[in-house]
Amino acid sequence: MTWSATARGAHQPDNTAFTQQRLPAWQPLLSASIALPLFFCAGLAFIGLGLGLFYSSNGIKELEYDYTGNPGTGNCSVCALADQGRAPPIRCSCAWYFSLPELFPGPVYLYYELTNFYQNNRRYGVSRDDSQLSGLPSALRHPANECAPYQRRATGLPIAPCGAIANSLFNDTFSLWHQRRPGEPYVEVPLERTGIAWWTDCHVKFRNPPLVNGSLALAFRGTAPPPNWHRPVYELSPDPNNTGFINQDFVVWMRTAALPTFRKLYARIRQGNYSAGLPRGAYRVNITYNYPVRAFGGHKRIVFSNISWMGGKNPFLGIAYLVVGSLCILMGFVMLVVYIRYQDQNDEEEDEE
Amino acid sequence: TSCLPRASRTPRQARPRVRGGTTKYTLLSFLPKNLFEQFHRLANVYFVFIALLNFVPAVNAFQPGLALAPVLFILAVTAFKDLWEDYSRHRSDHEINHLGCLVFSREEKQYVNRFWKEIRVGDFVRLRCNEIIPADILLLSSSDPDGLCHIETANLDGETNLKRRQVVRGFSELVSEFNPLTFTSVIECEKPNNDLTRFHGCITHNNGKKAGLYKENLLLRGCTIRNTEAVVGIVIYAGHETKALLNNSGPRYKRSQLERQMNCDVLWCVLLLVCMSLFSAVGHGLWVWRYQEKRSLFDVPESDGTSLSPVTAAVYSFLTMIIVLQVLIPISLYVSIEIVKVCQVYFINQDMELYDEETDSQLQCRALNITEDLGQIQYIFSDKTGTLTENKMVFRRCTVSGIEYSHDANAQRLARYQEADSEEEEAVPRGGSLPQRGSIGSHQSIRIMHRSQSTKSHRRTGSRMLGRSLGHTLPSASIFLQEKDITPDPKLFEKVSECDRCLAIARHQEHPLAHLSPELSDVFDFFIALTICNTVVVTSPDQPRQKASSGPAPAIASNGYSSGAASWAPENTAKEQELELEQEQERELRYEAESPDEAALVYAARAYNCTLVDRLHDQVSVELPHLGRLTFELLHTLGFDSIRKRMSVVIRHPLTDEINVYTKGADSVVMDLLLPCSSGIQHQKKIRSKTQNYLNLYAVEGLRTLCIAKRVLSEEEYACWLQSHLEAESSLDNREELLFQSAIRLETNLHLLGATGIEDRLQDGVPETIAKLRQAGLQIWVLTGDKQETAINIAYACKLLDHDEEVITLNAESQVCSPLSAPEKNTDNVSVGFSPLCLPSTSTNSGPSPSLVIDGRSLAYALEKNLEDKFLFLAKQCRSVLCCRSTPLQKSMVVKLVRSKLKAMTLAIGDGANDVSMIQVADVGVGISGQEGMQAVMASDFAVPRFRYLERLLIVHGHWCYSRLANMVLYFFYKNTMFVGLLFWFQFYCGFSASAMIDQWYLIFFNLLFSSLPQLVTGVLDKDVPADVLLTEPQLYKSGQNMEEYRPRAFWLNMADAAFQSLVCFFIPYLAYYDSDTDMFTWGTPITAIALFTFLLHLGIETKTWVTSGFSILLFFTVALIYNASCATCYPPSNPYWTMQTLLGDPVFYLTCLIAPVAALLPRLFFKAMQGSLFPTQLQLGRQLAKMSPKTVTAPKETFAQGHLPEEPRTESSEKRSIRTSGSLSQDCTLQASWHVQQPACSPEARGEPNVVDMNLPLRENILLEGLSSQAPGPSMPREAILEGCPGDSKMKSTSTSRAAPLSSIFNLSNFSSFNWISPLSLVSGLGSVLQFSRSSLQMDKRDSEFLPSPPQPDQDLCGLSGQTTDYF
Repeated sequence: MTWSATARGAHQPDNTAFTQQRLPAWQPLLSASIALPLFFCAGLAFIGLGLGLFYSSNGIKELEYDYTGNPGTGNCSVCALADQGRAPPIRCSCAWYFSLPELFPGPVYLYYELTNFYQNNRRYGVSRDDSQLSGLPSALRHPANECAPYQRRATGLPIAPCGAIANSLFNDTFSLWHQRRPGEPYVEVPLERTGIAWWTDCHVKFRNPPLVNGSLALAFRGTAPPPNWHRPVYELSPDPNNTGFINQDFVVWMRTAALPTFRKLYARIRQGNYSAGLPRGAYRVNITYNYPVRAFGGHKRIVFSNISWMGGKNPFLGIAYLVVGSLCILMGFVMLVVYIRYQDQNDEEEDEE
Repeated sequence: TSCLPRASRTPRQARPRVRGGTTKYTLLSFLPKNLFEQFHRLANVYFVFIALLNFVPAVNAFQPGLALAPVLFILAVTAFKDLWEDYSRHRSDHEINHLGCLVFSREEKQYVNRFWKEIRVGDFVRLRCNEIIPADILLLSSSDPDGLCHIETANLDGETNLKRRQVVRGFSELVSEFNPLTFTSVIECEKPNNDLTRFHGCITHNNGKKAGLYKENLLLRGCTIRNTEAVVGIVIYAGHETKALLNNSGPRYKRSQLERQMNCDVLWCVLLLVCMSLFSAVGHGLWVWRYQEKRSLFDVPESDGTSLSPVTAAVYSFLTMIIVLQVLIPISLYVSIEIVKVCQVYFINQDMELYDEETDSQLQCRALNITEDLGQIQYIFSDKTGTLTENKMVFRRCTVSGIEYSHDANAQRLARYQEADSEEEEAVPRGGSLPQRGSIGSHQSIRIMHRSQSTKSHRRTGSRMLGRSLGHTLPSASIFLQEKDITPDPKLFEKVSECDRCLAIARHQEHPLAHLSPELSDVFDFFIALTICNTVVVTSPDQPRQKASSGPAPAIASNGYSSGAASWAPENTAKEQELELEQEQERELRYEAESPDEAALVYAARAYNCTLVDRLHDQVSVELPHLGRLTFELLHTLGFDSIRKRMSVVIRHPLTDEINVYTKGADSVVMDLLLPCSSGIQHQKKIRSKTQNYLNLYAVEGLRTLCIAKRVLSEEEYACWLQSHLEAESSLDNREELLFQSAIRLETNLHLLGATGIEDRLQDGVPETIAKLRQAGLQIWVLTGDKQETAINIAYACKLLDHDEEVITLNAESQVCSPLSAPEKNTDNVSVGFSPLCLPSTSTNSGPSPSLVIDGRSLAYALEKNLEDKFLFLAKQCRSVLCCRSTPLQKSMVVKLVRSKLKAMTLAIGDGANDVSMIQVADVGVGISGQEGMQAVMASDFAVPRFRYLERLLIVHGHWCYSRLANMVLYFFYKNTMFVGLLFWFQFYCGFSASAMIDQWYLIFFNLLFSSLPQLVTGVLDKDVPADVLLTEPQLYKSGQNMEEYRPRAFWLNMADAAFQSLVCFFIPYLAYYDSDTDMFTWGTPITAIALFTFLLHLGIETKTWVTSGFSILLFFTVALIYNASCATCYPPSNPYWTMQTLLGDPVFYLTCLIAPVAALLPRLFFKAMQGSLFPTQLQLGRQLAKMSPKTVTAPKETFAQGHLPEEPRTESSEKRSIRTSGSLSQDCTLQASWHVQQPACSPEARGEPNVVDMNLPLRENILLEGLSSQAPGPSMPREAILEGCPGDSKMKSTSTSRAAPLSSIFNLSNFSSFNWISPLSLVSGLGSVLQFSRSSLQMDKRDSEFLPSPPQPDQDLCGLSGQTTDYF
């Protein structure tokens, strides 16, 4: 008889924390009393962080020059007039003169900036063949279909590198000249053209095809450069470690920008006398003006900038932190008021009872 | 029904086998069939379409294979689920298919053992005792001498009593053993159907004779042979065609309200998607048009060098956008919901609190996908018998020949045990209060002793409870107290023994009954009727029915059915059998009845030494102390049905040799069938009115009443009736109708013997449960077939009605015009008008609202098209509604009406076959796996062991399920919209070219992998309010009823918030990375991460219990790191190699990841926090309550209640103001109701004079004001005034309510209306005013004016009237 009293029924559920939904859990209650300290703390922290960010962003110097050459904006307008949106454009040179009253602290980075250039448009963005760029010989000869219409030349030769991105490679070049004192001759500032791309890009993602007889040119035999290019890919740079697919200008260009206004790193200035930055004096930037942007309303800029721990100049983050932080504080105060009133009300009610 | 020749002599043609079972798929057909089924779901088609679109090069957005992955994943998950279900079915099928049974083999000319799966239609099967029937078999031969066979249908319908089956006519007469080789008859029967209670067919013997086949001849698959040694039958339906399998439809598919709403919102999302895509397409067209002529360097011409036309570009862009933004239609939503629901069902099933230890049964969820509907129920429709009550009948009182025997000793004894038990109960603290009514008593206390006496001792229940009770300190005697143990009333006992003695002496005289006084003869007949007028089967408890199926014959033969065919029981000599029979008499007899009140009556008769000892197919034996065993020849049994509401037996009396008809039935029908008064003697008339009075008394006590009547048939009458009856019985079509007619012919001119009152005790915890459900804002309607008075009393007992509140009773008294007989006549004649109940303010006030009691006939009127709105309007105002005497159809009609007209969520709960239609109609059907079989359970969505479990099921689980699912669905929409928003904003910066800055992998797997888990966990485990708080504060349930968590406003707010958040999450990174050298995916990845953080924080705000969430962040970064390092060139076009690794070294990444989610969620957090302290919802208060230490959970109830009613006080005060300004308190807020009835012309009471009765009810202003003043804080001036003004009122209320039944009879007698409107308070004025005014108002109210302004009645008048009317009571 007694066994039946203690025996479990066949259908009796298990008495565990899980099945009985008694798992331990933290139950935060969102109300003013809890949210108040949260808001104040977050607000203070954000304002502090924002101030720091703002300060460090303000410490960054930037110097930029629009050399698109719209009429009356400098001597590049000659080139711009000549260009008329033709592609490939006629070679043209122009220069930008500027002077620095004081040291532009280094390391200085030289960027070029394009606006209204939709590198992120879908049909453009997919027009590349990563296996070709990784040096796969078969892909070199047989570019992917995504590259069309820059897959093969009319002659049937495969294009290397194929695709619209490669075809539209930015091909203006800059050289920087420094005049210490007026009257002195301009001295060329050495621009370091390597180390501007991601290490993984030029060492893993982008590889030249295996050399044939020790020659890169032979490796690319049987391919044609993209239609807009003046020279084949293996002649992008005289430096054998920076030519072909691993040419860093090319690699940087191939990393398509996120937004229609973007800058790309052109060179770093950190050699010789300029490792500490650009000393004061007059400067000239010689520009070979090749890249036609006026046709679609784009702009070209040249930008000197140094960076801080948080990257390039961007006051926004600091401002954003400040704004959000202040908002938090403001809301905190509103809630404080509400909380106090509510508390009073509660007390009154309790008193009434 | 078309007859189809099925089994005949030609044995083996294409006949289905038993095999096959229930599996849907075979190994080969699985894939195509399952896919086909899955593609019935529109969403799946859509997703596959999107995935296939990716294969078109011009529009593809992702790698085609990758895009297919999630769809395939979803399909695979569903397919796996289906496969698993099918496999488990297959396993059980396999087991069943390989059971063995004896099948006749023509080759070997004997019965051989075969598997079930090999049985085919037309096979002869021999079954032994306790074997399970493998197919639907026509009984051809039985070892029983009378050609009977007993089966237990528990597997089929859960009824444990034995059912009798009969050998097909024409075979029962066979002398020798049935030989299948000589079987030459042709059987015709109807097509396989799932009606367990019906079977038609005919058998043509080779001599040309035809015989009908009925359900009495059919052994259904799944039943068990009992008490019969061996039977032989022919298989009629096998395998899938058996009624059992046709009935097994599996879990039902219902779509919950939430899901319907969700589907609607999915459509909105589709619209949004199309809009976004269109916008984008137009934008892209413009963009292309703008730049294509400019020879822009980023423009990519077509492969043939020509540039794309803007229109084509737009079309392509449209399609691509649809692919890119497909996330908006949440692919994983349906799967997630399924998963969550499965888990919810699992938790409900696992809840210890829903486990009934006594029956070892837990709650069953039969419908898997309407769990959240449980949280939104607004109306509960409950059966009474078996649902609110135990449906375990105890004989309490009886009246014989107009004399009442109150059985006080019995009542005292019961009360004694109750006391003993309630002491026990007090030792164990219980939450609720016991019901106060003394006459019905504290019902839960009866339970323990009552269950311990379960007659079915072979069940585990019995022994369990026995063991349990032993642990208590109860007197051991009470353990064995049984519902069948009745202490006889000494007076009646004396009379019974007296007539027994007299009869014993007079036995051999010519007219033995003539020596008795009429009263004594009535007493004798009364008990004979109790004993034999039933279908009770006698078994003995020492003979357990569960025996090893291989058990040899000797033990079986002792069951009273001596085996006639010697070949089957050769060992058993006749002597042994006799010996055993004698022994059996000394044993305790056990009665197995189809309905428990039958058994109760038989036990009652036994207490008076009138013992049913044996029932055979054609005779009943009754044991009396002096007379010994009387054997009544049983000529006919006219079974009980719900239309006739009675059953009769025709017997030949062994003493008088007369043919007697004993009828037992509901008093309403039996009283009408009595011998007409005029022809009867005065004495009989007196008896009748006395009996009627006692019946009313019983009903007031909440007893179930039955009338017992008798008719003596002369031989000629009998012969005449017999002939027509036999015709009816043997007719092939329309048999039921004819039998019904035949029964009606027999059951007339009855002689009333007496009546019985049986108590059906309330189930444990019913009043508390009802109170809780009420508090939770649920309207409870009781729909019962029982009579009005009984129903009302049960309603009082279970706190459904309150003594303080008024009850509106609607009774239609005109019988001729009852809708059964002449439905078309009264449709135009009856007009019922409810005036708009007083001022609008009163209808919404929080004062006590009346309750409505309506009977079946009135219900028939009220459910008519032109009245149903008014009926509903009235019913809506009422606190509870009680529908008595309603048929199953009416029950379902009421449910349907409320469901369709009020657009309310309905729940129907019931336990019997009569509740099935109601259960099926309601949104949620709940079956009680109780006494009356399994039909209700089979039809239900949820099956609970007892009524009280409904409380937890609804208030806790329903609430949880609803809130979890609602939040999850909302969150799903939010998440997808927000994610898609990010992509959409990007289109403004990429020329609407449908490119995505988010890597395709993240895009596709974001929903599936990274963000799905937390919300699944939340959807399964989140508890917004803990169970104990939900139970102590049931009003929290209202949030689900009002759809507070998921309503259109919430959806759109959510979407707006999603849009805002996506703006923030897009533009903060945009500005942070503006004018920088970042590339597309290095910029997109932070956005993805930000989105993920935002989602999780959002979920954190929404979630009430944090269990886990850091996991998915970890998962995202792990996957991203692995993915970004895995292959340098593999995933064009995004090519995210080393992106994540680089980002992790970038402080801006962290900075944006910190600021963006915070900024995005700031408004929401602020709003929530403000709302939490300024306008906290009930749920938030509940949560606060839960936060307080558990011991104070009950204490701060007041503050809680006060806090959560921010609106109600306002309405109250405004209402109060309106009353004050109106000046005279009593008149303006008079609740006026008029109830016009034009009496149908066909009514017998129809008079020449215009018979429009109008009752104007200046109603319950006192109550209203009382309620108001007690609720509104501050000085309550009017309250005292009213109380002083009318001191008699409160007293009046109580008296009038408790006397509702006599009142109605007064009304019946006064007979001026076919409808009565009774309400305790209104009655005071109503009666008075009607009596005074009705005549005068009749003339002017002849037209169909629906509302008649009531003549203002001053309070003083009312009091005066009440003084007068008290005389009426």
